[in-house]
Amino acid sequence: MKRYSVFAIAREAMRHHSGWERAWRSPEPKKHYDAIIIGAGGHGLASAYYLGKNFGITNVAVIEKGWLGGGNTGRNTTIIRSNYLQDPSAAIYEKARSLYETLSQDLNYNVMFSPRGLLMLAQTHHEVRGYLRTVHANALQGVETEWIEPARVKELVPIINIDGPRYPVLGALYQARGGTARHDAVAWGYARACSDMGMDIIQQCEVKGVRSENGNVTGIDTTKGFIGCKKLGIVVAGHSGQVADMAGFRLPVEAVALQALVSEPIKPCMDVVVMANTVHGYMSQSDKGEMVIGGGTDGFNNFTQRGSFHHIEETLRALIETFPMISRLKMLRQWGGIVDMTGDRSPIISKTPLGNCFMNCGWGTGGFKAIPGSGWAMAELMAKGEPGPLAADFSMWRFKEGQFIDESVAAGVAH
Amino acid sequence: MSTRLAKGGRLIDRSASQEFTFNGKRLKGYKGDTLAAALLANDQMLVGRSFKYHRPRGIVAAGPEEPNALVNLGRGGRFEPNQRTTTTELFDGLEATSQNHWPSLEYDVGVVNNYVARFLPAGFYYKTFIHPRPFWKHVFEPVIRQSAGLGKAPKDRDADRYEQAYAFCDLLVVGGGVAGLHAALVAGRSGARVIVLEQTAIWGGRAPVDAEVIDGKPAGDWVEAAVAELAAMPNVTLKIRTMGAGVYDHGYVLADEKVADHTPGDGRPKHRLWRIRAGKILTATGAIERPLSFAGNDIPGVMLAASVRDYVVNYAVSPGDRTVVVTNNDDAYRTAIALVEAGLSVPAIIDARANVTGELPAKARALGIRIEAGRGVAKVLGGKRVTGVSICLQAGEGAVVDEIACDAIAMSGGWSPVVHLYSHCGGKLVWDTVSAHFRPDAAKPPINHDGGAMVYAAGIANGAMTTAAALADADTQARAALQALGIAAKSGNVPQADIVTEAAMEAVWIMPQGAGPALKAKMWLDYQNDVKVSDVQLAAREGYESVEHTKRYTTLGMATDQGKLSNINGLAVLAQALNEDIPQVGTTTFRPPYTPVTLGALAGEARGDIFQPLRRTPIHGWHEQHAAYFEPVGLWRRPYTFPRSGETHAQAVHREVLNTRTNVGMLDASTLGKIIVKGPDAGRFLDMLYTGVMSTLPVGKCRYGLMCNEQGFLSDDGVVARIDEDTWLCHTTSGGADRIHAWMEDWLQCEWWDWKVYTANVTEQYAQVAIVGPKARQLLEKLGGMDVSREALPFMQWADGTLGGFPVRVYRISFSGELSYEIAVPASHGLAFWEACQKAGADLGVMPYGTEALHIMRAEKGFIMIGDETDGTVIPQDLNLDWAISKKKEDFLGKRGQQRNHLASPDRWKLVGFEALDGSVIPDGAYVVDAGLNANGQRNVQGRITSTYFSPTLKKGIAMGLLKHGPKRMGEVVEFGTVKNGVKGTLKARVVDPVFYDKDGEKQNV
Amino acid sequence: MLILECPYCGVKAEETELSPGYEAHLKRFGPGSTDEEFESYMFARKNPKGVHFERWRHAYGCGKWFLAARCTATLEVFGTYPAQSSEPPADLVAKIKAKRPDWKGYK
Repeated sequence: MKRYSVFAIAREAMRHHSGWERAWRSPEPKKHYDAIIIGAGGHGLASAYYLGKNFGITNVAVIEKGWLGGGNTGRNTTIIRSNYLQDPSAAIYEKARSLYETLSQDLNYNVMFSPRGLLMLAQTHHEVRGYLRTVHANALQGVETEWIEPARVKELVPIINIDGPRYPVLGALYQARGGTARHDAVAWGYARACSDMGMDIIQQCEVKGVRSENGNVTGIDTTKGFIGCKKLGIVVAGHSGQVADMAGFRLPVEAVALQALVSEPIKPCMDVVVMANTVHGYMSQSDKGEMVIGGGTDGFNNFTQRGSFHHIEETLRALIETFPMISRLKMLRQWGGIVDMTGDRSPIISKTPLGNCFMNCGWGTGGFKAIPGSGWAMAELMAKGEPGPLAADFSMWRFKEGQFIDESVAAGVAH
Repeated sequence: MSTRLAKGGRLIDRSASQEFTFNGKRLKGYKGDTLAAALLANDQMLVGRSFKYHRPRGIVAAGPEEPNALVNLGRGGRFEPNQRTTTTELFDGLEATSQNHWPSLEYDVGVVNNYVARFLPAGFYYKTFIHPRPFWKHVFEPVIRQSAGLGKAPKDRDADRYEQAYAFCDLLVVGGGVAGLHAALVAGRSGARVIVLEQTAIWGGRAPVDAEVIDGKPAGDWVEAAVAELAAMPNVTLKIRTMGAGVYDHGYVLADEKVADHTPGDGRPKHRLWRIRAGKILTATGAIERPLSFAGNDIPGVMLAASVRDYVVNYAVSPGDRTVVVTNNDDAYRTAIALVEAGLSVPAIIDARANVTGELPAKARALGIRIEAGRGVAKVLGGKRVTGVSICLQAGEGAVVDEIACDAIAMSGGWSPVVHLYSHCGGKLVWDTVSAHFRPDAAKPPINHDGGAMVYAAGIANGAMTTAAALADADTQARAALQALGIAAKSGNVPQADIVTEAAMEAVWIMPQGAGPALKAKMWLDYQNDVKVSDVQLAAREGYESVEHTKRYTTLGMATDQGKLSNINGLAVLAQALNEDIPQVGTTTFRPPYTPVTLGALAGEARGDIFQPLRRTPIHGWHEQHAAYFEPVGLWRRPYTFPRSGETHAQAVHREVLNTRTNVGMLDASTLGKIIVKGPDAGRFLDMLYTGVMSTLPVGKCRYGLMCNEQGFLSDDGVVARIDEDTWLCHTTSGGADRIHAWMEDWLQCEWWDWKVYTANVTEQYAQVAIVGPKARQLLEKLGGMDVSREALPFMQWADGTLGGFPVRVYRISFSGELSYEIAVPASHGLAFWEACQKAGADLGVMPYGTEALHIMRAEKGFIMIGDETDGTVIPQDLNLDWAISKKKEDFLGKRGQQRNHLASPDRWKLVGFEALDGSVIPDGAYVVDAGLNANGQRNVQGRITSTYFSPTLKKGIAMGLLKHGPKRMGEVVEFGTVKNGVKGTLKARVVDPVFYDKDGEKQNV
Repeated sequence: MLILECPYCGVKAEETELSPGYEAHLKRFGPGSTDEEFESYMFARKNPKGVHFERWRHAYGCGKWFLAARCTATLEVFGTYPAQSSEPPADLVAKIKAKRPDWKGYK
């Protein structure tokens, strides 16, 4: 693989960029792989990447029904943070965040991780207490966050209205090393690195069945025929239920639509990411200048990736209250993503009732920020057959035990 | 140069001159102009700079597809970035400035990007700026952010208001061209409720511009008659300046009406957002012309052919003196003819087709226009303005065969139907090889709630590309929609348009066909985002093969026009690069809105004080008059404290606590949830709902109860009073009333539907006032009317009666540990009763207190607070509330959940009190550390603070919290991890009983 | 923005009038049930990409809970019926089978 660098660009510029190679190969599937991962989104590709990088397992195929990175990886609001309350969440999200710090260098692909700082506004006294709790928890978890007063909020976000009539800003939970990254680049960078290790990324290939013998997985039936494998990882987000059904088990997961939108681009006016959970809105400004806005989820099972309106309306009302100057900006595009919600809104990284078949799902509204950590933990689980410390608490059996990882308690929402 | 013609202009009123400014220059236009037309009339072709290379950008189009001519409009509270000049109606006093340049439009430093463009191909930023690591955030990204972004950020609060309106109809027609109008006539005449939306201020669409003849009349006359007939129908609503923005599920449509954009500050709302529920939707949205990809096609002066026609015919504006037409179809000949008829020069028509036949070319020839068949543009000459064009063979590689001087180029690459609204909800498209465009696939429409088609495309939007065909198709589609609606369509004739025979177009995706890399790097696909043919080819070469990959890698179609001009051309170039057919490559997803909609309009009127509904207790006004500092509790606002002048909030709270403990305090407890549960099975029902037994509660008595969810976690608490044999009154937390009432109904309707129980949420029917403190009884006795003595009304009982003449129900319950009465009065008496109590208590030292004093007093007493001691993961047993959980009951909600391993574990964290060894207030939310680290390197913890206050009563910090094996560890000293201003520390505290004050309850049982 | 007809008051209710309640026809398991039974009651969901039976409350209307059969992929609504039903009405089941021959039934 040719390395990307400013020198490579200069060289190629002289010959009209005719010498660039494919970022990833487009192979036909082999008959058998050591490991197959279903789903070439960020989580699936990262799982494959760390299987190769951390465990030397490179006889791997990543099977994708559509195009790689075409699901939630490419339709989220790109927020990266790790200011979670519960230990298992803080551990995996902080692992992910710290991997993001060096991901561009690791992958030789600029994923534009930008630790521009992230604020969660406290707009009720209850929220203040919740975020103070998070700050204390984070300090012991090795996650750097701090509580900041309204004056500091205003300094970081000059366009904010601190003294809203209904929900004045009482302070914020601030994570200076939180931020955003370029979502597509994360999928593409991992794909390129996986392909470079000799892994096969097979797009436009739909899984039709999961085969097993004596309780262990043996391979998958696909639209490109049967492909055998020793180990199978299912990393298909909203479609986890359907693939789990093929593998013969049921998941505590429901698929709902999450709404998002962007405005037309304007010159930079907000560097940080702001989340206002009391009024259900969050906003950041992309490098292109678009205000990227996340809304709520629709409360019913939904597999259409379509935008709805009433959540957008609520979100915008809240954000115009918080940032009055956005009122005359225009919505350029709105869409919905299918998110897979578990019973406690935390993910599953787990063995399954089927031997050598592993599940990674349930990231709900918060998956993008977790991609490197999720892939790291999934790779460890698949390579060793047992979860490592990062995945240990995210077992699918925790629901039976009542051992939830409930983040909603922190007054925050899991975006 | 571009200029105003001496005569003509069907839309302008030359008698109404209007003055406006562009970059401070004072310019003149006419009523009826768009801003773009007025700019062109003043020879202002250069209007902006592109996103990436900061190349000069001129006006390309005449409608919402315009990618270039975006300006900052207005100032102060009416400043608006990225306004499309082509859809902005001119008004007197309009102020516009160009965007994305520094220091000026003419001399933009950012254009340096253009000179190094060969180093900045698609996706170059993914391949570089990787090292050194900190440079991305601190150096590269800030530069990129600053150079991107187009318009300026508004600074001020929006000076305008917006409103929303709801509408319902059988058939919604989107598009007021001749197809839409005819469809509306068919439906309107048949009695259907019809709404017709037209995005511009003018009915009729393209037909009048193109001098079409319908039923023997000029199209303009036909349109006038049609609009007049529709306007007279009571079942038809016509809306101009209203853009069909998005189609959502089950016939829901958003439409954006520009009410006062052209009359700013006249007091009307700026926009009105229509929320329409339509039985069926008919999209007669026409088509958008495509540019041609030739080198230099982005130089100002290169415009869409039909748009040039629009400017000449509608506004009497000529984009240039000498306009070369470049085309692959017959329609563009209309532009050449219109220009010549307006007295302008057309040096040549360059037609990529080898054989040029048909009526329109014949007419052009007859006018003496030179036609160059089989030719293409090798290159456009000029920088900030077209100066000429060099011609080549379309079939060749671009060798120049001739050069023609000109100052404008009108190009046409064919037409793409506007399929956006058809696609928003999943309607599929088919590729039409004859017209080289996607059109709606009638076999795969978007689905409505009943499984039938939701959207019907009609006319040119459906691929019926001539006026005659469009009218016929509109008739067919309107009838099909009516039939599906179950409305009998009245028979009638299809209007007949004169037929102008057009020869077939020929798809041309690159001009010339064999262009080399140097030319391709100058062929623009997306003008705003600077995406060129070479970029799409690079994406394909690098494996970004799906159209979604290419789009995202190159940013093709991601600009503010959302690819209206660029998508099909880009797709075709991609298909060629991949050696595939266009339909195999597919199309990108169309997302709402069709054109951008102002956020203010989407948010509507809910701003400022009416942002959310405000719930007020009957006493709310009194609190406001008495300078209460409020806190939001759900949609209520409750007084947090009543500070006196000179007092901090903390000082006020302490005063309120001490006064209540020594004299008497009053709390507005009206927000407390009050739910009546009544019926023969009410007791049985409450026994399922509460962890304790409520069925055995004697009439006249009160009992504290806990409610859990099915998981077993504590969800609400409150005092239950037995009113009569089959009636209970359940108090809930302030935030919990609606939730708990819904919870009750859920179980009664969906699980135990044969149980005879009724519930009613009467929270707002009563004001509730807590009279609290040692002198509480004295205060009530002064009011007089009923016996409130210890004997007549002991603790945990209630009684009906009168006090001070008010009908009251008095509960002897206490959340403070003091002698306390909670008195419910009908809401209408609430304020008067409160004031009567204030008066009666004046010489007893009565003071109102707020929620914070309430919290402190309950914490001093060791009472739990839902939301503080609980967070959705806490079970009653954790809070040592086993006494409130029945051991005898077979079942209650949450019982099974609490039997699971993790909830039944003896190692759970349990409620205790904490006192810092130094007497300080332990920080809120602090954790009790344990030895060592866990497997993830996190410090082990064994407990946490749930409530922490300075106790004014005890003059020291007190806290409650959860601690592993807590109750067994009384007296032990534990260590909290603290963090203050980023500095981590520790704090030692002793484990104590959580009841800090009056452990034996002597004060409340008096 | 769905429309569901409330089977009690007959109103074609807007989504904003309704509050959702997820999967219908769940069997409640209380004390005495196994951990597996309780888990299935609380968490295991069919989550089909297709016909889904679900609960809705006409919260800002008549206040009644009702049940609906709706396709989660196309959002087509096959019918609504009262919440006081142990299983979907036979005519509704027949209607769905006619429209979706591949449908495997509500269990």
